[in-house]
Amino acid sequence: MQLPPALHARLAGAPGSAEPLPVERDPAARTAPFRFAPRPVRFPREHDFFEEGDVQRHLYLQDVLTQVGGAPERPRVPEFTCQVAGCCQVFDALEDYEHHYHTLHRNVCSFCKRAFPSGHLLDTHILEWHDSLFQILAERQDMYQCLVEGCTEKFRTSRDRKEHLVMRHLYPVDFRFDKPRKSRGPVMPGAAEQVLAEAPGDDGVPSEVDAMEVCSEHVEPPPAPAGERRAYSHRVPHEDLKGPRREISTSNGGSSAALWRCCRAFPPRRRGPRTLARAALHVAGL
Amino acid sequence: MWSRQRGRLKPLCCGVEELRCRRREREAALRKARREQQLVSKRLLRDEALEEAEEGCVAMIFGEAEIQQFLRLAQRGTEEKEREGALVSLRRGLQRPETQQTFIRLEGSIRTLVGLLTSNQALLQLEAARCLHELSHSEQSAVVEACLPATSYLLTYLSGHSSDFIELCLYTLGNLIVESEAVRRQLLPQGIVPALAACIQSPHLTVLEALGYALSQLLQAKEAPEKIIPSASTDSSVLGSTLPQHMLQLLQPGPKLNLGVAVEFAWCLHYIICSQVNNALLITQGALSTLGLLLLDLAGAVQRTEDAGLELLACPVFRCLSNLLTEAAAEAVGGQLQLRDERVVAALFILLQFLLQKQPSLLPEGLWLLNNLTANSPSFCTSLLSLDLIEPLLHLLSVSNVVLTVLCNVAEKGPAYCQRLWPGPLLSSLLDTLAFSDTEVVGQSLELLQLLFLYQPGAAQAFLQQSGLQALQRHEEVAQLQDRVHALQQTALHG
Repeated sequence: MQLPPALHARLAGAPGSAEPLPVERDPAARTAPFRFAPRPVRFPREHDFFEEGDVQRHLYLQDVLTQVGGAPERPRVPEFTCQVAGCCQVFDALEDYEHHYHTLHRNVCSFCKRAFPSGHLLDTHILEWHDSLFQILAERQDMYQCLVEGCTEKFRTSRDRKEHLVMRHLYPVDFRFDKPRKSRGPVMPGAAEQVLAEAPGDDGVPSEVDAMEVCSEHVEPPPAPAGERRAYSHRVPHEDLKGPRREISTSNGGSSAALWRCCRAFPPRRRGPRTLARAALHVAGL
Repeated sequence: MWSRQRGRLKPLCCGVEELRCRRREREAALRKARREQQLVSKRLLRDEALEEAEEGCVAMIFGEAEIQQFLRLAQRGTEEKEREGALVSLRRGLQRPETQQTFIRLEGSIRTLVGLLTSNQALLQLEAARCLHELSHSEQSAVVEACLPATSYLLTYLSGHSSDFIELCLYTLGNLIVESEAVRRQLLPQGIVPALAACIQSPHLTVLEALGYALSQLLQAKEAPEKIIPSASTDSSVLGSTLPQHMLQLLQPGPKLNLGVAVEFAWCLHYIICSQVNNALLITQGALSTLGLLLLDLAGAVQRTEDAGLELLACPVFRCLSNLLTEAAAEAVGGQLQLRDERVVAALFILLQFLLQKQPSLLPEGLWLLNNLTANSPSFCTSLLSLDLIEPLLHLLSVSNVVLTVLCNVAEKGPAYCQRLWPGPLLSSLLDTLAFSDTEVVGQSLELLQLLFLYQPGAAQAFLQQSGLQALQRHEEVAQLQDRVHALQQTALHG
């Protein structure tokens, strides 16, 4: 099929078109036995007309899917260590490090060191576990927000919310990212273990495998300088400067979580993990 | 799509001829499946991949004891490499249906796998996700449905940040989605649509392509037009979410356009549009404009590159545009957009030429678009004439009789148009088509002849001189054609 040579140039040219020729129909045109009338045609989903294109589409998908399943070949780099304070994981591939970083260090609660899969869940956690204002408001109105993205329902108690998650959203009863707080007082290390014991697939398994808990042996106390801690302590009589897991008492009431919320993430991550990894490589003398 | 080729291809150890043969078999199987309305890509996948997995990488069949051991090691091993290794071995084993069956029947196995999936050990998480992905690929419903306890977590992880992991979760979800309506009845209330709507804002191309795949499978579901697409749906409504706007953004031509991503979302758009739920909404969101620009861009691309795969994008774009053009709303906005721009016609012909060489079976779809563009548009009919495209069009007569319909679209607009159709190769082409035995084709030819006789003086004479009457005689006895044949004979002879 030979196309006029000017066509390609026309495609590259400016938008627009020639003035349409005048339309002038003769009524005799559509008189029986002739019946042609121009009409745009519409095909619904299952129409046979689409068979050919659909088959081509699925052939393509099959090719793509055969390649998805296996673990990809990762370019190996000289070993480097995670740069986050207290974490000593070693890596030899950037993508592995990226996943590690996002899983363990990206959305971490600076109060209790729990890591969460998303910013949304982290925010919810901080609000419900570490914000005393939340507790006060919760006594008077529905504050427990449904965890499902897009659902705006709120509930009076954590239990009501769980029931909603199970009944309405078909979530598992033991959904790991919806652990209720055990007590209203300071969360003791013992209480944390109790929470862990509820996690499924457990039967005596070491805590590492459970719900997004960063193990204490991997992590040192938060790197906040001593000066900052003293600033908090004047409002918070029971703060224990030694233990990272100690919940700060809410007995004083009225303290805003806003200041604490801004420190919730580990040292502010303005750089992504790849930059950090490159820095690590640099440090390793490469 | 292109990122796939970066070393992920399994080494192929069979010859080109064998590949072609396999492809023909797969094509035949897909065609059969489509006719039975069972077109589900994932299903026809595993045997193929298994045959290719020779040379030492054959997955072994594991029994209960072995599976239990791998799981135990993964959960409680002391050495991290050891734990990861156990899961890798398990994953390889899960490529075999026998191992899959044993696995799902083992008490607590899925629970343990989900536990590893949600653990704080990132690399274990990844491997556990890969195991789940293997299971989701299975042809056996029982195996796939065994993955259901993991879905709330897969959806939760879509709002994370690790692109490889999210990609894997998306492909797994895509496989699950396609499995059965029962599975979708769980995924929808769990919030899959809002989760996808949040995830589509990811900057990672691999994530976007995977998301497009999953979404396309969701939209292809039988119940999609009633339960998944409409805005009135409670849980999940694709049209009620921000997904359409994001999809259109991802289809905008420009330096950021990625072919693999665009292919997926063009198909998503096609499934939405051909369900005919609320196409007016898509038009107000600029779908016609975006698709028109994309068509131009595609035509530019086929000229520049030998890139494989452009026809995979051309097909859904043709479909979307063609169907949208039938909407009343399209008439209203037609004025503002590219849809008066003759470059659209130029682009379409460039693509038709490309398809003629690359994938002729898709030509009817391109011609369908040409019909819808020209039917009610004096502007596009004029473009066909002014750009000298009648002769190339005639070249496609043997492909589809929509060519005749398009010519009728032009001719019926009156003498000014017929004048430009005459003289030229049209007459001899018509005499050729009159020799066909296909009644449809002949019928259309008769319609076109009538229009030419009516609007173009001299046409009838020329027709007679070229033994037109004899060509007509052949069809005098055919029921659907008789009346028109006689009428034409009269006109030709007596004016």
